[in-house]
Amino acid sequence: MSGVPILSILVVLPLVAGIIALFQSANGARWNALITTLISLALGIWMWTAFDPNGPQWQFVEKFPIGGGIAWAMGIDGIALLLIELTLFLMPICIGASWRAIEKRVPEYMASFLLMQSLMIGVFTAQDLLLFYIFFEGGLIPMYLIIGIWGGGERIKASYKFFLYTLLGSVLMLIAMLAMIWTSGTTSIPELMAYDFDPSLQWWLWLAFFASFAVKMPMWPVHTWLPDAHVQAPTAGSVILAGVLLKMGGYGFIRFSLPMFPEASNEFIPFVYVLSGIAVVYTSLVALAQTDMKKLIAYSSVAHMAFVTFGLFAFNQQGIEGAMIVMLSHGLVSGALFLCVGVIYDRLHTREIARYGGLSDNMPKYALLFMVFTMASVGLPGTSGFVGEFLSLVGTYAVSSWAGIVATTGIILGAAYMLYLYWRICYGKLIHADAAAMQDLSGREMWLLAPIAAAVMWMGIYPESFMRPMRADIGRLLERVERAKPAGDAHLTAGKPAAAPAIHGETTSTAEAH
Amino acid sequence: MNFAPILPEIILTIGAVVLLMAAAFLGRRGSSLCSWSAIALLLGATLALGGEPQSAGVLFGGQLVADGFGAFGKLVIYLSAIVAIVMAHNWFERDFEHAAEYPVLILLAAVGMSVMVSATNLVTLYVGVELNSLAAYVLASYRRTDDRSAEAGLKYFVLGALASGIMLYGISLLYGFTGTTQFEGIAAAFMREGTQSIGLLFGLVFLLAGIAFKVSAVPFHMWTPDVYEGAPTPVTAFFASAPKVAAVLLGVRVCLDALGPAMDAWRQIMTFAALASILLGAVAAYGQTNIKRLLAYASINNVGFALIGLVAGGPQGASSVLFYMAVYVVMTLGAFLCVLRMKAEDGEPIEAIDSLSGLSQTRPGLAVALAIFMFSLAGLPPMFGFWPKLLVFNAAVTEGLYGLAVAGILGTVVGAYYYLRIVKVMYFDAPGEPFAKGQNALEGSLIAVFALFVSPLGYLLIGPLGELTGRAAGSIF
Repeated sequence: MSGVPILSILVVLPLVAGIIALFQSANGARWNALITTLISLALGIWMWTAFDPNGPQWQFVEKFPIGGGIAWAMGIDGIALLLIELTLFLMPICIGASWRAIEKRVPEYMASFLLMQSLMIGVFTAQDLLLFYIFFEGGLIPMYLIIGIWGGGERIKASYKFFLYTLLGSVLMLIAMLAMIWTSGTTSIPELMAYDFDPSLQWWLWLAFFASFAVKMPMWPVHTWLPDAHVQAPTAGSVILAGVLLKMGGYGFIRFSLPMFPEASNEFIPFVYVLSGIAVVYTSLVALAQTDMKKLIAYSSVAHMAFVTFGLFAFNQQGIEGAMIVMLSHGLVSGALFLCVGVIYDRLHTREIARYGGLSDNMPKYALLFMVFTMASVGLPGTSGFVGEFLSLVGTYAVSSWAGIVATTGIILGAAYMLYLYWRICYGKLIHADAAAMQDLSGREMWLLAPIAAAVMWMGIYPESFMRPMRADIGRLLERVERAKPAGDAHLTAGKPAAAPAIHGETTSTAEAH
Repeated sequence: MNFAPILPEIILTIGAVVLLMAAAFLGRRGSSLCSWSAIALLLGATLALGGEPQSAGVLFGGQLVADGFGAFGKLVIYLSAIVAIVMAHNWFERDFEHAAEYPVLILLAAVGMSVMVSATNLVTLYVGVELNSLAAYVLASYRRTDDRSAEAGLKYFVLGALASGIMLYGISLLYGFTGTTQFEGIAAAFMREGTQSIGLLFGLVFLLAGIAFKVSAVPFHMWTPDVYEGAPTPVTAFFASAPKVAAVLLGVRVCLDALGPAMDAWRQIMTFAALASILLGAVAAYGQTNIKRLLAYASINNVGFALIGLVAGGPQGASSVLFYMAVYVVMTLGAFLCVLRMKAEDGEPIEAIDSLSGLSQTRPGLAVALAIFMFSLAGLPPMFGFWPKLLVFNAAVTEGLYGLAVAGILGTVVGAYYYLRIVKVMYFDAPGEPFAKGQNALEGSLIAVFALFVSPLGYLLIGPLGELTGRAAGSIF
């Protein structure tokens, strides 16, 4: 590992490219954005290879004090690394997805996306509390512009709702941050992660942070901005929103709520589980009733994110690893599903599910890829969705059997609404002449979807690649929260090697009986 | 007697008198000469701030003090005054015959404000306030052929005179019950008698009411939207910047110095004023269609945030107020410079918010600058306007005033809506009639510099500016 300030480069490079893009022609800006995001991706891959999973917790550390108590402090652990890779992987795909779909004000569009990338990377790399907040909130401005300028018919309402909703959630976090800084005397996130706040103070701080992350995540009942924002945003905007912005909530829980306020987190487990349980069941049912494709996927995001909160607040290795894999998997899969919607939207300019049908006849390649992502969203073994959901369910079950049962219904309901969607779009007869006239995927679209499909399969078949970098960090997190770990009502035992399968079944049923 | 510590005031006073003569004799021909000389005088006064005016201590038997706090205030005031003159130069050039007197009035107001920020005696304080106010009344009605301007001047005068009367009544009560007009003596009296004495308490309330009028804090804000709308745009920009800084700094010095021991008493008043200003400034701006009125409410809203720092008190609170005002002045002057550019082809100024629609396509540079000012005034990161808000909240949290900090920060969300509305009109709406092109380069570069200052690049200044405000605030304790 050399002294190259790789994280600063990843933050500054897109920023500079974005400013340049403003002064370019439409085509110049497109190529500029594509090349910049590809270079960033290459740097990201190099960073992944240079990251040492057994090394120190914080790597690629940089620190320059700015004065006034804030420092340009950067550094990543395995958890942040994977989320950065997710961001860098999705960005060129977003630019590619906008290549033809965006025709007006292209330079500003590309500049907004590059600025967005810079701020997202900043969120995952910041090691200074205030710097984190600046990046975290800063992301609202470009997204507001993306939804408001290039969005659909009700874009203005959606952009306001997105902005004010998330801002309202976040401001209380700022007050909590100031209180933390004042109490502990430091703004450094690694130091704060090791600082023991008084449990009575933790309670308030946890709530303030929760307000922010729950809106971002989003958790029921503060999810209502998401369907609007997703539906109105341009395709690439939805991809980034679902793929990365939602992950900031989960990242926040892992980075702040759990290690900094373990006692409070423990105290709030029932609260989080009730909200997550409602989210899984309720939003899945809502998704089942949707007639708009994007809205359906948006509601499915809320349901999937509930698996993340279930897993995170399980306080065990399986739960937290599972939550991380769900986040990564959902980032890829929901991004890909939005791209799939975008592909047919570009052809027919409608998101009404009823306007399609029988696409497997005239668009076989599309139907195949769409099938892969549908299955990944359902959580079919062999895809990324299975690994994450399985692990987080195992973790949840160890804490509360009831929560485990409720969460598992999410998988069944998920299969219902996704398969129902797939059936309505791809199967049946080609009854609409215009839908029947649609061309199959172009070369460009293949290039957008195929890499995601490959990543989804990779994560499903060999998840170790993704779990290795974060295993040590999750171990450290568990050590930190050990003292507040919930007792749990299901004490899973590995079983004696000689024991017959029947005994194992018995253990499980006794546990459920609690 | 040593006059070196008041050299800046002397420069401005003599300069103003000389320029007044020049303006009288040269008439319209003198306008350029007067403007540039006034700018030179203000620059000279700024340079003269170095050295003794920062450190000479109490002067003239306790009438004034030359300390870092006052010097910082004067620095901001003089620089804002320069910008106000630059802005007005083109504006009045076009159709107005008395342009030469404008810079003179600004100079006189600047002298008044200098006295305001360095007064340590209630009588000196009052003289400073009145000198500034009298110049301001004339400035508000400067375009006397315009009904709105005349109305603004009259309204400002009547209400301002009332506020001055209230303030003077408070001063007389304080004098009557303490036997002195010195800040020190008043502080000692409060220390001795606490807030038990009803006379002292009345004096305090009336004095603060007068100050609240000058900073246009709720409930003494009613004049602001009308005066801001009616006054010529460069004058409005001036009102929103320098006098506001002077009045806020005056409030800080009075509260923390003269009324320091009565903190419990004024804290309630200021807490109410701060929160009410934040909320009313935000809510009342919703329905506005005139950009100047909207900025008036924005200034009420922003003063509310600055007052949070004052409520927190202590060196940290005072320095957060100074920081806030320094950044606020840049944001507000920048926004008004953009408003100045809203002109029809025939040179007639436009003030309707709707006329900004689609500005990002007709004038992308101007739209970006105005968007930066709006996001910054709203206090949204990553703009620099976020940092002063953070500092005042930090001061409140440090003092344990969590309720105040939470209420204030929720106010930023309410306010964010109307700042976003401007951005929405510029970026999301279809382009309308474009504004006239080809305006002067000096204003353009000022917009660019101010926009860069409040852009994320501003964070690089946290260190130096923080040290400056910290030192300035330290000098009053």
